[in-house]
Amino acid sequence: MLNVVSAELRKLRRPTLFLGTMGAVVFFSGLFSALLYLLIDSPQGNADRGQAIGREVLSLASGGVQGFASVGGFLGIIALCVFAAQTAQEYTYGTLRNLLIRQPSRMKILAGKLISMMIFALVMIALSAIVSIGTSVILAPTVDVSTDLWFSAAGIELIYTTFVNVTISVVGFGVIGMVLGLLLRSPISAISFGVLWLLIVENLLVAVKNSSQYWLPGAQLSSIANGGAQLGTTAGIEYSQALLVGGIYVAVGAIVASVLFVRRDVAN
Amino acid sequence: MTNTAISVSDLSKKYEDRLAVSHINFEVPLGTVCGFVGPNGSGKTTTMRMLLGLITPTTGQGHILGEPIEHPEKYLSRVGAMIEGPAFYPALSGYENLMVLAKLGGFPIERVQQLLDKVGLGDRGKSKFKTYSLGMKQRLGIAAALLPEPKLLMLDEPTNGLDPEGIQEVRALLRDLANEGTTVFVSSHLLSELEIISDYIVMLRKGEIVFAGPIGELMAQQQPTIIAKSLKKSDLKRIVKIAKEAGHHAVIRDDSVHVLADMKWAAVLNEAAFDAGITLAQLAPQLPNLEETFFEMTGDK
Repeated sequence: MLNVVSAELRKLRRPTLFLGTMGAVVFFSGLFSALLYLLIDSPQGNADRGQAIGREVLSLASGGVQGFASVGGFLGIIALCVFAAQTAQEYTYGTLRNLLIRQPSRMKILAGKLISMMIFALVMIALSAIVSIGTSVILAPTVDVSTDLWFSAAGIELIYTTFVNVTISVVGFGVIGMVLGLLLRSPISAISFGVLWLLIVENLLVAVKNSSQYWLPGAQLSSIANGGAQLGTTAGIEYSQALLVGGIYVAVGAIVASVLFVRRDVAN
Repeated sequence: MTNTAISVSDLSKKYEDRLAVSHINFEVPLGTVCGFVGPNGSGKTTTMRMLLGLITPTTGQGHILGEPIEHPEKYLSRVGAMIEGPAFYPALSGYENLMVLAKLGGFPIERVQQLLDKVGLGDRGKSKFKTYSLGMKQRLGIAAALLPEPKLLMLDEPTNGLDPEGIQEVRALLRDLANEGTTVFVSSHLLSELEIISDYIVMLRKGEIVFAGPIGELMAQQQPTIIAKSLKKSDLKRIVKIAKEAGHHAVIRDDSVHVLADMKWAAVLNEAAFDAGITLAQLAPQLPNLEETFFEMTGDK
C-alpha cells in the first residue's frame, strides 16, 4: 500500500499539476476572503449568492474562518477535477495496465490512489486556510472588524472545526470525482460531467424547487464545508443531515466504482 | 518445480458473441525465446492480457511460472511485460515514469538509471515522455518491463518504431536475457526477426492455435522448394511439365519455376532439363522461411 501511495505522490507532485493547483487555491482563497471585507458595505452582498455578512458576524469567534469556509465548496470543485483526472487518465494513457502488472491488487491501487490524493487535498486545504485566514487578518482592521475573538479558545476551536469540515467536504467531492473517473474512464468527460452537475444542474434544480437542496450531493458537501445551517451560507441544510446524505452518496458511489474497478477487464 | 514458464489449457475469451481466443493449449519451456505470431486480431494481445491477469478468461486454465493465472499476485513480481505498446505519463520524464513503476513494485531505485543506460536512454532520461520518438518510447517500455529482473519477459511488438540498429540491439538483448535464464515470450509482426531469435513458436489464427512447438520442428514439417530458371523464358512451361510428370506441384512465379519437392530432386530436374534440351540458368533448393511457413499454415496469402 505504501508503495502505491509513494508512486502516486510522484505523479501528483509534478510542477504543472502541483504548482498550478496550489496557485489557483492561493488566488481564489485570497479572493473569496478579500471580497468579504472589500464588499462589506455593498448592497449586493459580500458572500455567496448575494448574502450579506456584516461586521457583527465577522467580529465573532467564527469571523476569522468565514472566508475559509466559503471557499470550501470551490476547493471541492478543484478536488473533484484533480481526483477525476488522476483516476481517468490511467485509462486514456493506457497506464492502468502498467500499474496492475506491478501491483495486481486492484483494491490496493485504488486505496493508494485515494490516500495520495487525500494528502494532496490536505496540502491544498492547509494552504487555503493559511491564505484565507491571513487575508482576513490583514483586511479586517481596514474595515473596522474586530479580530479580538478570532484567536480566542473558541476561535481556535472553530478554525480546527472548519478545517475538519472543509476536509470532509473536499474529500467527499474528490471521491465523487474519482467515482466519475472510474465510471467514465475519460478525464474530460468526468470533469465536465462533475462540474456541470455541481455548478449548473444543481443550482437550476434548487432554483426550480428549493427543497431539492436537501438531497442533492453537491449541496450536502458544500453545506458540510460551511458547517451546516448555523453559519448561514447555505441556509436550510442541517450539518448532521448534510453529513448523512452526503456520506450516503459518497459511500454508495465508492462501493459501486470499487466493485466495477476490481471486476472489470482492463482491455485498453 | 515446473520446467514450463507458460502453460495454457483450453483458454478462451469471449466478448459478447465474439470468441477472441478459442480453447487454446500451449506450453513455453523455461529459458527459451518463444515467438508469438498471428495476424492482427488473431487474439495475441488478448491472450497476453489473460496471462497477466488484466482480463478474466471465459474458460480454461493457465499457469505462469507454476502459479495459476487466477492469482497474478503470486507471479507478477517475477514477470516483466510490455503490452500493446509503451504506455506512460506524457508530462513525466522517462526517469520519473520508471520511478513511478519502481516505487510501485518496490524495486531498487538504482535500477532506473541502470536500465535507462541499458536501453540507450541514459542521456534522455530527464526529457518528458511526450517529447520521445516512437523508438525511444519503445525502449522505455522495454526498460520498464526489465525493472523486476524478470524470470519471464512478455513483450508485445517490442521492435515497433525502432530503426534497424535498434532492432538489432533488441534482438541481442532478448538473446542475452534468454542466455541468462530469462524466458522471453515475444509477439512481433516481423517474422524474420522472430525466426532469428526464437527457439519456440506459438502461431495463432482467428483465436485458434495453428502451431505450438519448437521452431525447428515447424520448419522440418515444411516442404522445400526448388527454384529453377531457364535461359529461355519460353522453356519455363516445359520445366513445369517435367515436374508435374514426376508428380510434383510446380508453378511459374515471376521468371522462375517453383517446384515443391525434396532437395535431392534438384539433381533429377537438372538431368531431365538437360535431356530435354533446356539450359538452366539457375537451380536452387530453398527452405521456406518463417514468414512463408506462416502464410502457408494460416492460409492468409
